[in-house]
Amino acid sequence: MEATEKYHFDVVRWFTIMAIVYLVVGTLVGVLIASQLAWPVLNFDIAELTFGRLRPLHTNAVIFAFGGCALMATAFYSVQRTCGVPLWSNKLAWFTFFLWNFIIVSAVITLPLGLTQGKEYAELEWPLDLLIAVAWLCYSFNFAMTIAKRKTSHIYVSNWFFLGMMVMITYLHVVNSLAIPVSLFKSYSVFSGVQDAMIQWWWGHNAVGYYLTAGFLGIMYYFVPKQANRPVFSYRLSVIHFWALMFGYVWLGAHHLQYTALPDWTGSLGAAVSLAMIIPSWGGAVNGMMTLSGAWDKLRTDYVLRFLVMSLAFYAMSTFEGPVMSSKTVNALSHYTDWTIGHVHSGALGWVVMVAAGALYHMVMRLWNTEMYSAKLVNLHFWLATIGAVIYIVAMWVSGIMQGLMWRDYDAFGTLSYTFAESVAAMHPYYVMRAVGGAIYWLGGAIMLFNVIMTIRMASATRGVGAPARA
Amino acid sequence: MSNEIHSTKFQDKIESNVFVMFITLAILLSVGGLVEIVPLFYLKGTMEHNQHPEIVWQRQPGQTLADWKPGDGIRPYTALELMGRSVFIREGCYLCHSQMIRPFRDEKERYGHYSLASESMYDHPFQWGSKRTGPDLARVGGKYSDEWHRQHLIAPRSLVPESVMPNYPWLAKNMVDGQTAVKTVAAMATLGVPYTADDYGADYSGAAAEVEGKTELDAVVAYLQVLGTMVTFEEGVDYRE
Repeated sequence: MEATEKYHFDVVRWFTIMAIVYLVVGTLVGVLIASQLAWPVLNFDIAELTFGRLRPLHTNAVIFAFGGCALMATAFYSVQRTCGVPLWSNKLAWFTFFLWNFIIVSAVITLPLGLTQGKEYAELEWPLDLLIAVAWLCYSFNFAMTIAKRKTSHIYVSNWFFLGMMVMITYLHVVNSLAIPVSLFKSYSVFSGVQDAMIQWWWGHNAVGYYLTAGFLGIMYYFVPKQANRPVFSYRLSVIHFWALMFGYVWLGAHHLQYTALPDWTGSLGAAVSLAMIIPSWGGAVNGMMTLSGAWDKLRTDYVLRFLVMSLAFYAMSTFEGPVMSSKTVNALSHYTDWTIGHVHSGALGWVVMVAAGALYHMVMRLWNTEMYSAKLVNLHFWLATIGAVIYIVAMWVSGIMQGLMWRDYDAFGTLSYTFAESVAAMHPYYVMRAVGGAIYWLGGAIMLFNVIMTIRMASATRGVGAPARA
Repeated sequence: MSNEIHSTKFQDKIESNVFVMFITLAILLSVGGLVEIVPLFYLKGTMEHNQHPEIVWQRQPGQTLADWKPGDGIRPYTALELMGRSVFIREGCYLCHSQMIRPFRDEKERYGHYSLASESMYDHPFQWGSKRTGPDLARVGGKYSDEWHRQHLIAPRSLVPESVMPNYPWLAKNMVDGQTAVKTVAAMATLGVPYTADDYGADYSGAAAEVEGKTELDAVVAYLQVLGTMVTFEEGVDYRE
């Protein structure tokens, strides 16, 4: 295959496989920590397995291991096809692959050991932070240089989004990770208190806004039109919502800090821009959805397209929910509760993983030049993912709103109605429900992994070629 | 592809040159962060002690951290508290416990006076948290006895049956490392936390002596017991307009 291949697809194949492996691993850790909150005995009194150490492992595994590999696979795949040229450097792409996976393995070792910078979604210690910067710049540089030598006159819209993500994540990672080392495995943020809080949430929300939104919109803009076999609905809409999204998302971090010791102007500014962000967000959702107009019948037979369409529905829902939660009145209730966790997962389970799953299935069939081993299993995965996500989100809506209401409830005598411990006890059924929803979702991912492995084996057996066997 | 321009000339230029696109993005993406973050470093209104200097401990010459009494004002953490704080971070406590009380009636009654920005000015990194799976800890200091905390950290459900917190039995067995304490205090001093030579010596070696023979449990309890106890709040004073 190598000799006849126009593009560098081997590295894409491996990113694709690893993305699916990390999806299964990352969500499995998620199911475990969700269960620990329902049944604390599952912490086993083992330091390395406690919630506080595994939760960063879960978030890092799903965001950076799964999300990262999915973004690198799809970006390297689509940039070659939209530019009509192979990657600028195949060697650099392979270096990126090995370095990224080395970082992931290191994270799996260091996070349970409690080696952390203590900043959410940026827990990895400084030596790994340096490696992340190197890997990310290699990825971005290779991508940009591939575009630079393209054969087409204009840069395709999916590449705008990938490029925007690459620039912003570089800013965020470098600034937020500035720290002073006290040893090889321990460092402390150079920022403190309120400034550190603002920088952390500038990072935190934009890891969502650029990594998990802009990057995955890049995926959407390539794979939805491809899978539906229709052009993107509106070029104008994509221009407008691209620039609005790029400019606007940066401001949102402050809405995580409303009513805190962050100055009021900053939180209010973050909230105001958050409300406005519904326009560019829905611009993307509409552009994706309307790309299917005239082709809706395909949903009956094309299970991969189902993933892509469902992801856009979840995207539209969570980008409506986000601005609502950032408004001060709602935030006063929702902040610090499970509602936030539910919101994140409606974006993560519903949008990010679904759109990536659609893209990964699409790529597997083309990269190995075959149909899926079982289309029925793709459909089963789709339904398990949808049902699992809905159970998860509903559980967190109920528990989050209940928590918020219990904490602020007063009885007839003007005293607080509930102790904190009573609110914890009231959460138990919803924590069980969340763990069940997560387990169903995980099962869908495990079926995907099985289906993809069987597909690759089938393709290799019939043709005697296949990347995994040879690499 | 045709050469017809479907949008503006500038958009067309951006779309046909990756370097122009890169530069445009790099400029555009820096705006929001610059506007929201940079002023926090210099606007006087950000830190309450600019208007209310009394909330920060006014050290007399020759006074050390040992001379500080609860309510005297915000001070750097002692070496033992600092090591307790690093255990707090290591165990990921901030993932379930916030340290940021909002100015609401119910939070005031449940946790105490709303948190001030100045109160966490020596916190590298900040530990405000984002989730209350357990209660806020910003003013937990002094609410329970040391003995309560020890038992609660080792076996939370023996005191609070509804709790979902993990047991932390290893904290009682692990000793705090003196050299790490020295390095940590030195790192904080480098970052501008005002330790004086009287506190731990010019080379901070006194930090090792302070944590000598202490367990991680001792350190965490020391940290928890100082949280929120530094400032004496005057009735009727609005610290944050």
